[in-house]
Amino acid sequence: MYDVTVIGAGVVGGLVARELSRYKLKICILEAENDVAMGATKANSAIVHAGFDAKEGSLKALLNVRGCEMMEELCNELGVRYSNNGSMVVAFNDEERETLQMLLQRGIANNVPDLRIVEKEELHKMEPKLSEDVICALLAPSAGIVCPYGLAISAVGNAMDNGAELRCNFKVNAIEKTENGYTVSSESGSVTTKYVINCAGMNSDIVAQMVGDNSFNIHARRGEYILLDRESDKLVNHTIFRTPSKMGKGILITPTVHENLLLGPTSFDISDKEDKDTTAAGFAAIIKSTNESTKFIPFHTTITSFCGLRSVGSTGDFIINSPVKGFINAAGIESPGLTSSPAIAEYIAEMLREDGLEMIPDPAFNPTRKSYDAFRNASEEEKNRIIKENPAYGKIVCRCEGVTEGEIIEAIHRNPQPRDLDGVKRRTRAQMGRCQGGFCGPYVVELLSKELGIPYESVTKFGRKSVINFEKTKGGQSE
Amino acid sequence: MKDLVIIGGGPAGMSAAIAAYESGLRDILILERDEHLGGILQQCIHNGFGLHKFGEELTGPEYAWKYEKKIIDLGIEYKLNTMVLSVSENKVVTATNSTDGIFQIKAKAIILAMGCRERSKGALNIAGSRPAGIFSAGTAQKYVNMKGYLPGKNIVILGSGDIGLIMARRMTLEGAKVHAVCELMPYSGGLARNIEQCLNDFGIPLKLSHTIIQIHGKDRVEGVTIAEVDGNRKPIPGTEEYIACDTILFSVGLIPENELSQSANVSLSRITNGAVVDQDRQTSVEGVFACGNVLHVHDLVDYVSDEAEIAGKAAVEYINKNTDAELQIVLKTDGKIRYTVPQVITKKKDVAVYFRVSNIYKNVVIKVTDGDKLILSKKKIKVAPGEMESVALKKEMLENVKELCFSLEEV
Ligand SMILES: Cc1cc2nc3c(=O)[nH]c(=O)nc-3n(C[C@H](O)[C@H](O)[C@H](O)COP(=O)(O)OP(=O)(O)OC[C@H]3O[C@@H](n4cnc5c(N)ncnc54)[C@H](O)[C@@H]3O)c2cc1C
Ligand SMILES: Cc1cc2nc3c(=O)[nH]c(=O)nc-3n(C[C@H](O)[C@H](O)[C@H](O)COP(=O)(O)OP(=O)(O)OC[C@H]3O[C@@H](n4cnc5c(N)ncnc54)[C@H](O)[C@@H]3O)c2cc1C
Repeated sequence: MYDVTVIGAGVVGGLVARELSRYKLKICILEAENDVAMGATKANSAIVHAGFDAKEGSLKALLNVRGCEMMEELCNELGVRYSNNGSMVVAFNDEERETLQMLLQRGIANNVPDLRIVEKEELHKMEPKLSEDVICALLAPSAGIVCPYGLAISAVGNAMDNGAELRCNFKVNAIEKTENGYTVSSESGSVTTKYVINCAGMNSDIVAQMVGDNSFNIHARRGEYILLDRESDKLVNHTIFRTPSKMGKGILITPTVHENLLLGPTSFDISDKEDKDTTAAGFAAIIKSTNESTKFIPFHTTITSFCGLRSVGSTGDFIINSPVKGFINAAGIESPGLTSSPAIAEYIAEMLREDGLEMIPDPAFNPTRKSYDAFRNASEEEKNRIIKENPAYGKIVCRCEGVTEGEIIEAIHRNPQPRDLDGVKRRTRAQMGRCQGGFCGPYVVELLSKELGIPYESVTKFGRKSVINFEKTKGGQSE
Repeated sequence: MKDLVIIGGGPAGMSAAIAAYESGLRDILILERDEHLGGILQQCIHNGFGLHKFGEELTGPEYAWKYEKKIIDLGIEYKLNTMVLSVSENKVVTATNSTDGIFQIKAKAIILAMGCRERSKGALNIAGSRPAGIFSAGTAQKYVNMKGYLPGKNIVILGSGDIGLIMARRMTLEGAKVHAVCELMPYSGGLARNIEQCLNDFGIPLKLSHTIIQIHGKDRVEGVTIAEVDGNRKPIPGTEEYIACDTILFSVGLIPENELSQSANVSLSRITNGAVVDQDRQTSVEGVFACGNVLHVHDLVDYVSDEAEIAGKAAVEYINKNTDAELQIVLKTDGKIRYTVPQVITKKKDVAVYFRVSNIYKNVVIKVTDGDKLILSKKKIKVAPGEMESVALKKEMLENVKELCFSLEEV
């Protein structure tokens, strides 16, 4: 029997499990997909928001500011890329300037540090490629950017290194009350547990209903993005937001922690919770808005486009509560959910403690973890030492991102183990560059097949039925 | 320290090395990231290589082997599984492999011969889902020809570049069904002979002025919606058609791999995406040469070998210090002619100028002029973007010329 079972291995579930792994607790993470970080956590803007958007006094405001404060140190511990690049909300006219004033006041009320309004001249010195039509901006120096799926993967990995268990392809479809806890079931089996934490993202309403909690529901709001290649001459350093309107926060322009340029998201309510389609209208909206904010966007360097789904809760705030004894919701975690996730984890640990769960610190707990970037970031001398020990680190597999065979094999054997092409991509960046796996895809399939001991043709892109190859060719034989 | 370092061991790199050797140079090193020499030819197991150069139809690997054998026989040094990471303006090459680790070599001259990569689906902003079953044609070629696996059974191909055409035939021969090849433009970018032999012979429809507007399927591709496009390449409402398929192959263009050239500060052309070069294939950085697909995309490997020989010889001349510029003639184009290679002429010698046109034109005259003065003209019954053309300039024609304009007139 587990002490705590976390449903959903997104950034919230991952960090909850990691926070609880500090204590002598038996922890289990259940994830419906073939890998962790497959929900909103893999497709979002990756912004560590400063915290001036959410209404004063809301859970969103509280956890956002606290999460933003915690993010840098957490990322250092877990070896995740983070950059404190700061954000700007740009205004094109006096009406928007007034909105900035309102945001400034709200930010101050929310305890956001160092906020100020920057006037045109200074602004254009800071960001020379912004459109001349921008008249001023709200600058938030505490904002940043982070690798969101990297954070979730490393959080789950660190929890596992400290004893937590992960079960993928475990889609929870029933939860039954037992004498001293719950039985949580899926098609592939069941686990028994004292506590359940519901971090099921888009499905968190359905999971809550499994214990009779019908107090909220979640609907999907599409957000599409266009991702551009790294360029020597950076377009912007800060994250550039439009002034929010009734229509929402609008389309932003931001560097990513891997120095790409990310444009988006759109915002459109949809009824199908699994519909991650991009749309022609969405692309047009992104192109129009970002062209207004800057002088020139190098769209010809587009690498890919994608779509994420926001889990919009019916209450307007994060839904973090305990509807029945031993069951805690972390639901409706829409933006700024990524930013807030470390604070949500802390908050939930506190709820468990207050509920009487015995939490004895585990002296063996190790909060740190080697970064997936460790080899990349090593000095040339250090790299040469590693190559001598293991020649696989001298062999580049992904040409665009410069990822070696050694790094890929190492990633395949670390917690949480990737079992598909996209899993390797999110951990190592192999296939993430300008050719999108055109060169290295077949080789990564081979490495997965060899290292996991599975047939070449059974390797998938992202689990489920996403097979890459159907069968051997007539004359073909595997190598 | 090396006299000549060649980056890339495809047909361009190998030809350049042999030409340099035959011009008397011995201290040559080829760096190749793959585990074999031969470049992209290794996976082109169809024939159609070498007609111009050897007067016979060879397969890709056979063509490559002719050069590889010579490299081995001459004892030209090469390192495989060696990825060049950067090249500096003062010609220091940084590379890595499993035996030497990360190392630097200073070279007197460098030849860039890195080839090109396929443009990926991602660059196109196609609406819809992102399931498994979407490949660039060259990747599918690798699965089938190198790994022996079939990545699709019911296929739609977007783009009628040569690799797409070749793969239409290849997949058909492997038992897959190719439902259509869609091409955005009103003409194909591939060679006429490939359309004949790879599509028409197998009854595969080529849908010109068509594109994929939506991809369907959550886990694996389940279908595509295609539509006809208007003169501005915008989909025409009402022409949508759904085709059920499990695989989409993209053959939507090749991009020269010039990241290393950029690291060396070599000026690139916005049209070719390759370096700006003179008649010797020397780039804007002295002693750095470029040839093959990294310079501009070739449809025939024979021309790659020719071009690489020019670069190989010239690199030796440079090392022997016989390279002072005698003139500075800039080659311009009228738009109907998209680009020329070379883009500048600095020496009084016979020069073959290669070029591509921007559309299909019939009954044309290609004119080379210096102001009002006609230097040369050449008639062609038909020119197409998919087929590279050339004119031969004699050294006498370069006398007192400042600028050469390449234009095309329909008659
Ligand atoms: C377009 C967009 C932009 C955003 N931008 C930002 C931003 O810039 N900054 C910011 O702070 N936040 C942002 N967010 C919000 C942030 O991405 C989310 O708040 C965060 O990722 C939520 O994490 P999660 O773990 O709750 O959900 P998810 O990542 O969705 O994880 C839920 C997990 O539960 C699993 N699951 C579901 N049902 C079951 C079941 N029945 N059994 C087992 N497992 C199940 C899913 O497979 C999934 O892995 C954005 C969100 C979107 C969509
Ligand atoms: C699918 C396909 C079908 C074709 N069909 C025909 C045909 O029927 N007939 C015909 O005549 N031509 C055909 N061609 C064209 C012909 O193959 C090419 O023009 C020719 O291969 C280009 O030669 P290259 O040496 O410039 O480039 P490549 O063959 O691409 O060689 C470049 C080499 O450089 C290496 N390299 C790149 N970067 C680095 C680095 N950083 N460090 C070390 N090494 C590096 C690469 O690994 C590669 O081996 C075809 C091409 C393709 C792709």
